[in-house]
Amino acid sequence: MAGQTLYDKLWSQHLVKERDDGTALIYIDRQLLHEVTSPQAFEGLRLAGRAPWRLDANLATPDHNVPTTVKERAEGNAGIKDPVSLIQVQTLDDNCVEFGIEEFKINDPRQGIVHVVGPEQGATLPGMTVVCGDSHTATHGAFAALAHGIGTSEVEHVLATQCLLAQKMKNMQVRVEGSLGTGVTAKDVVLAIIGRIGTAGGTGYAIEFAGSAIEELSMEGRMTVCNMAIEAGARVGLIAVDDTTIDYLRDRHYAPTAEQWDAAVADWRDLVSDADAAFDTVVTLDAAEIEPQVSWGTSPEMVTGISGEVPDPAEAADETMQRGYTRALEYMGLSARQKITDIRLDKVFIGSCTNSRIEDLREAAKVARGKKVADSIKLAMIVPGSGLVKRQAEAEGLDRVFTEAGFEWREPGCSMCLAMNADKLGAGEHCASTSNRNFEGRQGFGGRTHLVSPAMAAAAAIAGHFVDVRSVDVRRVDASSDAQEA
Amino acid sequence: MNKFVRAEGLVAPLDRANVDTDLIIPKQFLKSIKRTGFGVNLFDELRYLDEGQPGQDVTHRPINPDFVLNQPRYQGASVLLARRNFGCGSSREHAPWALEDFGFRVVIAPSFADIFYNNAFKNGLLLVPLPEETVDRLFAEVEASEGYRLDVDLEHQRVITPSGEILEFEVDAFRKHCLLEGLDDIGITLKDEDAIRAFEEKHRVARPWLFRDSAPA
Ligand code: SF4
Repeated sequence: MAGQTLYDKLWSQHLVKERDDGTALIYIDRQLLHEVTSPQAFEGLRLAGRAPWRLDANLATPDHNVPTTVKERAEGNAGIKDPVSLIQVQTLDDNCVEFGIEEFKINDPRQGIVHVVGPEQGATLPGMTVVCGDSHTATHGAFAALAHGIGTSEVEHVLATQCLLAQKMKNMQVRVEGSLGTGVTAKDVVLAIIGRIGTAGGTGYAIEFAGSAIEELSMEGRMTVCNMAIEAGARVGLIAVDDTTIDYLRDRHYAPTAEQWDAAVADWRDLVSDADAAFDTVVTLDAAEIEPQVSWGTSPEMVTGISGEVPDPAEAADETMQRGYTRALEYMGLSARQKITDIRLDKVFIGSCTNSRIEDLREAAKVARGKKVADSIKLAMIVPGSGLVKRQAEAEGLDRVFTEAGFEWREPGCSMCLAMNADKLGAGEHCASTSNRNFEGRQGFGGRTHLVSPAMAAAAAIAGHFVDVRSVDVRRVDASSDAQEA
Repeated sequence: MNKFVRAEGLVAPLDRANVDTDLIIPKQFLKSIKRTGFGVNLFDELRYLDEGQPGQDVTHRPINPDFVLNQPRYQGASVLLARRNFGCGSSREHAPWALEDFGFRVVIAPSFADIFYNNAFKNGLLLVPLPEETVDRLFAEVEASEGYRLDVDLEHQRVITPSGEILEFEVDAFRKHCLLEGLDDIGITLKDEDAIRAFEEKHRVARPWLFRDSAPA
C-alpha cells in the first residue's frame, strides 16, 4: 500500500465520522474569528439558543475595519470614523464578551491580521485543524496544520459543534527545486506557481508545497506561499514540518511547554508526506528560472516576470481567456506588449496577511535604506501585520528607515489589502501592492493593483515605476549607509 | 435553510470567466452585520456607474446600461448563466446572500470555486456544473432568443431547455438531500454529539497540547 500524504495524515487524525455519501465530520482544533464574517454566525447561535462547543478553541481579533493612522488608533474603537465599520468591530467585542471568547481588541499589542496573529502567538500549531471565516486561512498550512477558509454558516457550525462538514480533497504536490536567485522571494515563487497552474488549477485539491527551494524558506516565507494557495484555487496549502517549523514555535505564547513540548515535537516530526505517498497531480518548477514577478491584470494568474511584458490578448489560449485579457487591459489602462518596467505607479502598499511579517519588512527596508520615495508617488505606506511585528520592527529601527525614505509607518490591520477602512486607491491609480488579490475594485473603486514582493514594492516606490530589484545593489547601499551612520 | 426542489425561470448570461466574490459583492457592503439586503448591491461595480455606499438609497444612482442585468430583456431573471471558476476569491458568504436576495435561485457554469460552492449550498442557492461546450451552447441560445427560460430539477438532477433537451448534472448526495429537505446542517451534526464527544476525549489524551485548558500548570 502506498504511504500517506501529509494531507491524508491530518485528515485521518481529525476524522470523527464518515458518511456513506462521502461527506465527513472533521474535528476542529482552532477557530480564528474576525469582525467581518462572524456577526451573522453569532446571531445564528443566539437565535437557535446554542452555546459554543469549546471556548478555548477560539481566538478573535478585529482586523479588516480598523484604522491604521496613529491618531485614530489612539482613540480605540472611537477612532473608527465610519459608523458602519464601528458597529461591526463593536459587535465582535460584544459577542466575545457575551459568549466568553478570548479577543485581542483594537489596541491590544497582540492585535493584528488574524493570519499573522495565530502563528505569532503559537495559536496555530502543527497537526491542528484551523478554520477562519476567511479564505486566506490557507496561510496556517505552513505549519503542517490543516487550515480551511470557511463561510459564515460554517463559522456558526464550528462554533456550535466543533466540527466541519467536509469532503476529502485530492492531493497535489507542487515542487520547487533548486535555489532561488538573489532578490527572488517566497512571493515570487507563489506568483510564479499561480501563473503556471492558473487560479482554478488547485480547485478541489489540497496543495502541498515541497522541494528544496521551499525547504530553504523561513516560516514567514512559507506562510506567504501557503497564503496564496487560495489564489491557485486550493482551499488548503501545506508544508511539511522540519526544524524551521519547530524552531519558530519554541516559546510562543500558546505553544506547549515542558514535557508537553517534547511530546508534541515528537508527534510533529511525523507530519510529512511518506516517501512513497501518491499524489493525484505533481507540478514541478525550477527555482532558478523564477524571476521577481509582477501581476499586470485583474486575476492573480495574470502575472509575469519583471523582464516581461503585458501580453497581447490575441495570443490567449481560447476565446474566453482572450475576452478576459482584453477586459483586464482596459480596466488596468495598459496596452499589449507594454514593458512591465514601463508601468508607472501612484501608490505603494506594503502589508496584508501575505507580506506584513517582520521578514517582509526587513526585505523592504533593505531596499529603502538611504533612498527616497519618488516624487511622483502619492502615497507609500507600510502596514505591519500585528502590534508585535510593529514593535519588533521599531526595535530594529526599520520604522526610521521607512519614514526617512518617505514611507508612512502605520498601525496594524488589513488596511489597503481590501480597503474596508479608509485606506484605498482612487479610480485609475496604479498600486504596487504586496497583498494577494488584484481583482477589479479590490483596493478601491477603479483602483489598479499590481501584486509584487515587499522588495519589489519598495524598489518601485523609489523608482516611481517597476524595476528589477536585482539591479538595485542592496548590499552596497547597506554598507554605505552603515558607513555614514558610523 | 431554504428548500430547493425545482425552479423554472428566465436566464441571464454573464459572459465572463473567473467572476470573483469581490465583483459579486464589493467589500464596503460586508460591513453589514445582517444576512439580508445585499441584493441591491449585487455586482455593484458593474451595475452602477458610481461607487456604491452601504445603506444608500440606490434609486438615484446612475445605472450602467451595458451591464447585462440592467437590460430590459433580463429583468426578473432567476437563473444565472456564467463562465468557469465562478465565485473565486474570498470566503464571503455575502456573495450567495446577494445572489439570492437579488432573486437568483440557480447559477449554471462550467466550474465553481470551492468555498463559494459550499457557501451557496448552505443557503439554498443551487449551483449546476455543466460541461464547457454545453455552457457555450446555452450562451448562444440565451442570446439568440429573448425570454429564454430553463427548468432546473434538482430531484432528477437535470436541466430542461425550451426545446425539451435534457442536460444532466452532478450534485453530491448529502448536499442534495439537505437542499431538497431544507435541512439545517448544525441540527444534523448535533445528532452525532456522542461521536464528537468520544472523539474529543481520545484526541485530548493523544494530543493534550491542542487543548489550552490541558496545559500543565
Ligand atoms: S490582509 Fe487582506 S487578504 Fe488578508 S485577511 Fe486581511 S483583507 Fe483578507
